[in-house]
Amino acid sequence: MALFGSINAIYVLLGCVILGVSAGLLGCFAFLRKRSLLGDALAHAALPGVCMAFILSGQKDPLLLLLGAMVSCWIGAISVDGIVKYTRCKEDSALGMVLSFYFAVGILLLTHIQKQGNAAQSGLEKFLFGQAASLLGRDIILLGTLGIGMCIVVALFYKEFKAVSFDRDFAHASGMNTRLIEYTLATLIVLAVCVGLQAVGVVLMAAMLVTPAAAARYWTDRLGRMLLLATLFGGLSGALGALTSYYGDRMPTGPWMVVAVSSVFLFSLLFAPKRGVVPRAWRLRRFRLHTAEENLLRTLYKARENTQAWDTPQSLAEILQQRNMPMAALRHTLHRLTRKGLVCQTGLRFALTPEGLQAARDVTRRHRLWEVYLTRQLEIAPDHVHDDAEEIEHILTPELEQQIIELLGHPETDPHGQIIPGLPTSEARP
Amino acid sequence: MSDALWIILVGCLVASSCALVGCFLVLRKLAMLGDAISHAVLPGIVIAFMLTGSRNVVPMLLGAGAMGLLTVFITDVLNRFGKLQSDASMGVTFTWLFAIGVILVTRYTAQVDLDVDCVLYGDILYAPFDVWAFGSHLVAPRAAWLLGVVTLVNAIVLLLGYKQFKVCTFDPALAASMGIQVAFWHYLLMGLVSVTTVASFESVGAILVVAMLVIPANTAYLLTERLSRMILLAILLGCTSAIGGYWLAERLDASIAAAMGVVAGLQFILAALFAPRSGVISRLRGPRGAGLQLPENSEGTNATAQHVVNS
Repeated sequence: MALFGSINAIYVLLGCVILGVSAGLLGCFAFLRKRSLLGDALAHAALPGVCMAFILSGQKDPLLLLLGAMVSCWIGAISVDGIVKYTRCKEDSALGMVLSFYFAVGILLLTHIQKQGNAAQSGLEKFLFGQAASLLGRDIILLGTLGIGMCIVVALFYKEFKAVSFDRDFAHASGMNTRLIEYTLATLIVLAVCVGLQAVGVVLMAAMLVTPAAAARYWTDRLGRMLLLATLFGGLSGALGALTSYYGDRMPTGPWMVVAVSSVFLFSLLFAPKRGVVPRAWRLRRFRLHTAEENLLRTLYKARENTQAWDTPQSLAEILQQRNMPMAALRHTLHRLTRKGLVCQTGLRFALTPEGLQAARDVTRRHRLWEVYLTRQLEIAPDHVHDDAEEIEHILTPELEQQIIELLGHPETDPHGQIIPGLPTSEARP
Repeated sequence: MSDALWIILVGCLVASSCALVGCFLVLRKLAMLGDAISHAVLPGIVIAFMLTGSRNVVPMLLGAGAMGLLTVFITDVLNRFGKLQSDASMGVTFTWLFAIGVILVTRYTAQVDLDVDCVLYGDILYAPFDVWAFGSHLVAPRAAWLLGVVTLVNAIVLLLGYKQFKVCTFDPALAASMGIQVAFWHYLLMGLVSVTTVASFESVGAILVVAMLVIPANTAYLLTERLSRMILLAILLGCTSAIGGYWLAERLDASIAAAMGVVAGLQFILAALFAPRSGVISRLRGPRGAGLQLPENSEGTNATAQHVVNS
C-alpha cells in the first residue's frame, strides 16, 4: 500500500484517529449535559488566546500557541458556567455570547497584529482553521500523549463524571466535590478542542464532539457502552477522513472526517435497533396491525355472542354494521386473520375458527375486565369506560390480568351486564 | 455622507435587524441558531455559484436563504422524529452542511475565484465601496440598501404578528389552544432569521451577525421584563455598540466588525454586574436572605402571556 510508504501520511492518519477518539469520548459528557454546542463555542474562544500568546512571545511557537488557546478556551468554559449561574441568561445564550464575544476579541487582536507589520504573524489564523496535512511527527507525539492522558483520566474518574452528568444534585449529596469534577471535565473538553483545532479547524471540531456522541446514543442506554461506541465512531471517521484525503484528489481531511461521522450518525438514526427511526416505525406498524386484528376478532365474537352460533359466517356488510371502518382495511385485516388460521372464509363470508374464538374470548375478557376495574376502582361512569378499555385490551399482560381478576374478586359481568368470557373457573379460586 | 457614517449606519442596520429577531431567538432558547445558519449556508452559496457561474449576489443570497431554512427544518426533523435533543440536532446539522460546503469549495471551485473568506464573510470596512444606485440621487452602499430592506421587512412582519409571535414564544400550548398556527409562525420567524443572517453576514461578516443576534438581546433581557421594551432596548444597545465599536476600531487600528462585537460584549458584562434588579452586584447587596437566588423570570413571562389573552 502506498500509504505506508509515506511517513507523513501515517502521521496524519494517527493524528486524525487520536483526535476522533478523544473528541468522541469527551463529547459524550457535553452531550449528556445538553451542551453539545460547547465544542463550537470553545473552539471559537481559542482565538484570543492564540493571539495573546503571539503578542506576548512575538513568535509562532506551536506549543506556546496551543497553551494560549487552552488558557482562553478554559476561561471561555468558565464564563459559560458563570453566565448560567450568576445571571438569568440561559445555556444557549451563554454559549452564543461566549462564542461571538471571544471570537470578536480574537479578531480584534488578530487584525491589530496584522496592522503592526510583524512578518512572523502571517498564517497565524491557520491555527484555527486546521490543516491536518501539515501534522508532523512531534505533533503526533503531543497529540498522542494528550489523547492517552485524557482516556486515563476519564477511566479514573468514570464514576464521578457519570454522577455529575446525570444527576448533579445526587453527586453533591453523596459527598462528591462536584465543582472540582466539573472543572476537571471542562478542562478535558478544552484539551480535546484545542488538540483538534489544529487538525480540523473550528467548526469541524464542533462536529467531532457532537456527532459521535449523538450517533452512539441511538445504540445504547448505558453510559459505558455509549462512551465506547462514540470513541469507536470518532476514531473510525478520523481514519476514513485521513484515507479519503490521501487517496482522493483535492479532498480535504477535516470535512471528510465530518462527512464520515455524519454518515455513521445517519445510519444510527435510521437503523439502530431500539431507538432508530425505521425499527420504531416498524414496531408501530406491527402494533397497529395487531390492534386492528384484535379489534376485529372482538367484533366477530360480539356478533355471535348471544346466539353462540360461532360457525355461522358473517358477510362483510354485517361486520361493517358492527364496527365502522374502511372496506379496504377490513379486507386486509380479514386476510391476515385468515392466513393466521384465526378466521375461516366461505365464499365472501367469514367465521371464527376454534383458535380464533379463543383469541377473541381473551381480548374480550381483557376489555370487559378493564371496564369493571375502571368503574369499580376508579369510579368512572360506565358510559365513559369503553374507549379506555379499547386501548388497554391490547397491552394488558396475563400477570396484570390475573391481578385485576383477584382485585375485583372474580367478576362475572361487565358494567353493561355482558358476561366476561373465559374466566378461570370458580373452583380455581383460592 | 462620509465612509465612516455609512459604516456606522450599516452597523446600526445590522444591529436593528438582528435585535428584532434575536430577542425571540434568545427567549426561545435558540441563541445558537444564528451561528448554525451562518455556517450551514456555505453549500447553498457554492451551489448557486456553480449553477450560475458568476458571483452575482442575488442567486447566492437565494441559495443561502434556502439552506438556512433547510438547516432549521433538518434540526426540527431530527428533534421530532429522530428523538434527538435539540442542541445536538442543531450541532449535527450545521457541521454536516458546512463540511459538505468546504468539500465542494475545495473540489470544484478551487480553479475559479471563489474565496470562502471574501464571498461568504464580507467585511464592514468595504461596505461603503460597493454602491448601488437608483436614479441619480439615491446612491448608497449595497449593504445599506439590503439591510435597510431586511430591517424594514423584519419590523413590519413582527409588528403585524406581534401578538402571535409573543404567545408562541412564551407559551406554545396556550397559542395552539387560542387557534394560532404555531408551526406557521415558527417557520416565519425562522425564515426572517435566515434572511437576516445571510443578508448581514454577506455585508459585514459572520462574526458580527452572531454577536448582534445574541448579545444585545441578552443584555436587554437582563434589564427589563417586558418583551416590547426588551426589543427596543436591544435595538438601542446594538446601535450604541455599533457606534462605540467604530470608535474602538479606529483607536486600535483593527477590525471594525469585531470591535462592534466586543463593545456589545462589554455592555453585557456591565449589565450582568450592575443591572438594577437582576445584576450580580445588586443581588449580592439585595435584601437579606435573597443571596444569589435568581428572581424567577417565569413570573414575568406568564404575566405577559396573561396580558395578551386579556387584551
